Amino acid sequence: MPPMSRGCKRMRYLPLSDHDRGEMLATIGVPDVDALFADVPADARLAGPIAGLPGHASEMAVERHMARLSADSLTAGQVPFFLGAGAYRHHVPASVDHLIQRGEFLTAYTPYQPEIAQGTLQVLFEFQTQVARLFGTDVANASLYDGSTACWEAIAMAGRITRRSKAVLSGGLHPHYVGTAQTMARFTGDTLVAAQPALAARSDDDALIAAIDGETSCVLVQYPDVLGRIPDVARIAAAAQAKGALLIAVVTEPVALGLIDSPGTLGADIVVGEGQSLGVGLQFGGPYLGLFGCREKFVRQMPGRLCGETIDADGKRAFVLTLSTREQHIRREKATSNICTNSGLCALAFSIHLSLLGGEGLSRMARASHLRAVQTAQALTQVAGVALVNETYVNEFTVTLPRAAAEVVDALAARRVLGGVALSRLVPGQADLANALIVATSELTSDEDIAALAAALAEVLA
Amino acid sequence: MTRYFTADHEWIAVEGDTATVGITDYAQGQLGDITFVELPAAGASLTKGDSASVVDSVKAASDVYAPVSGDVTEVNPALEDAPELVNSAPEGEGWLWKMTLADAGELDGLMGEAAYAAHVAGL
Repeated sequence: MPPMSRGCKRMRYLPLSDHDRGEMLATIGVPDVDALFADVPADARLAGPIAGLPGHASEMAVERHMARLSADSLTAGQVPFFLGAGAYRHHVPASVDHLIQRGEFLTAYTPYQPEIAQGTLQVLFEFQTQVARLFGTDVANASLYDGSTACWEAIAMAGRITRRSKAVLSGGLHPHYVGTAQTMARFTGDTLVAAQPALAARSDDDALIAAIDGETSCVLVQYPDVLGRIPDVARIAAAAQAKGALLIAVVTEPVALGLIDSPGTLGADIVVGEGQSLGVGLQFGGPYLGLFGCREKFVRQMPGRLCGETIDADGKRAFVLTLSTREQHIRREKATSNICTNSGLCALAFSIHLSLLGGEGLSRMARASHLRAVQTAQALTQVAGVALVNETYVNEFTVTLPRAAAEVVDALAARRVLGGVALSRLVPGQADLANALIVATSELTSDEDIAALAAALAEVLA
Repeated sequence: MTRYFTADHEWIAVEGDTATVGITDYAQGQLGDITFVELPAAGASLTKGDSASVVDSVKAASDVYAPVSGDVTEVNPALEDAPELVNSAPEGEGWLWKMTLADAGELDGLMGEAAYAAHVAGL
């Protein structure tokens, strides 16, 4: 850090004067602020400044410092960009950012006296309608935190419905989602049967079906999966339901649903996903947007908030939060889940973007993204030693390289190309997966981007 | 048939080795319009005091506790489509589940009709 001015006693943004403090201390009858901490043992109290921390810097100095740091980063918009594996870069129209900043909307939170904010509630109601149509489910909630927590909530919900506690997870489920579920299951006592991703042309549908038994509460299948493959959701759903288990479909790239059948129409009981790729942007990893839909008969076991339409005392259309009697602020520790809120602002951005696109726009976006994926796969497999893994894909696929993908990604970045996500970043320490590279495209991918990636990859592998 | 009551406002009507369980008229009046009843699974084994069922009203979602120990033999199928039966006939058609009695002695700790009426009057 640049030189600092040390020993600054008062922060610029704290408005209290010494006189204010003096009055307050006199009122409560203590001599100084330190006396308020008398109950904390002396050896646990900090004497003087924290060792090793620099003091305050001026705003100008901090700006210079941050500018130097950011010069070391390659940002998504600067270079050919092929990263996906759970977070996707799509074009977000400027109107989305403009509209979400309107004062009527600008809250990250559902209000606790919700009925006074009819505009917010109407947006959530429209959002739920969009998610339900996108996922092919009867109902959808007003959003959860992100895809991975929505995925865990679906597992917990399936346990409440089936009164069983063993979830079977596809090897195609994003390893970070598996990790989130494992963290939660450590405390709830649920059993998770998880598989490693395998570099096969097709997803592990047969192995997944074989793992279902009479104890299974739910089967989780990502669609498309983490390698970009498209599993046969209808077949797995039928197998799960035949054993009394629920099928949970997980969607990390909702744009893909512009091109392939909705999981709900294929028989999924619960569909969850990450909504980031519509309206929200990459945002360095968050905040993101958990999507959650299910069959109507399960609605009372669904976590999170639900906005409903009704008629007010004057007979006018109105919106209300509904079925909230099972939520945490009413039912305390017996609540359906510990989620009592939603990602309101991200849901708003998602809803506005999807409204601007419409069904036809989403479908065109998915087709354009898929076309770029086909072109990219063709270009990459021209490079010696590069082979396509997938039999099917929408806008994301996996290739194997002749050497460790993580090193190749670094070498590509040094040539100012962000070429994909090494599977070893998601599943470290597996020699058989080390050479796999996950490549994603979108409507933003250009001919020049594809040519730049293919050329840089040929150079790195030469 | 003898009917007993709990301080938590469940009733249990005993006929031989089996019993029928529901919530009292007082309870349904306090809850308001009932919108959904989550019933135990048939075959579930209950211990006296277990939360066996959840009754949702427009105001709250409330637990219904097992008044005695035993196994659930049957749940009221009519409540799935008509939860309002718990409002209109709480001690009749709006029953929740039937169960076996693991220990008839547990009934001794419950209230009779007069004692329950006095309990409610004191609330």
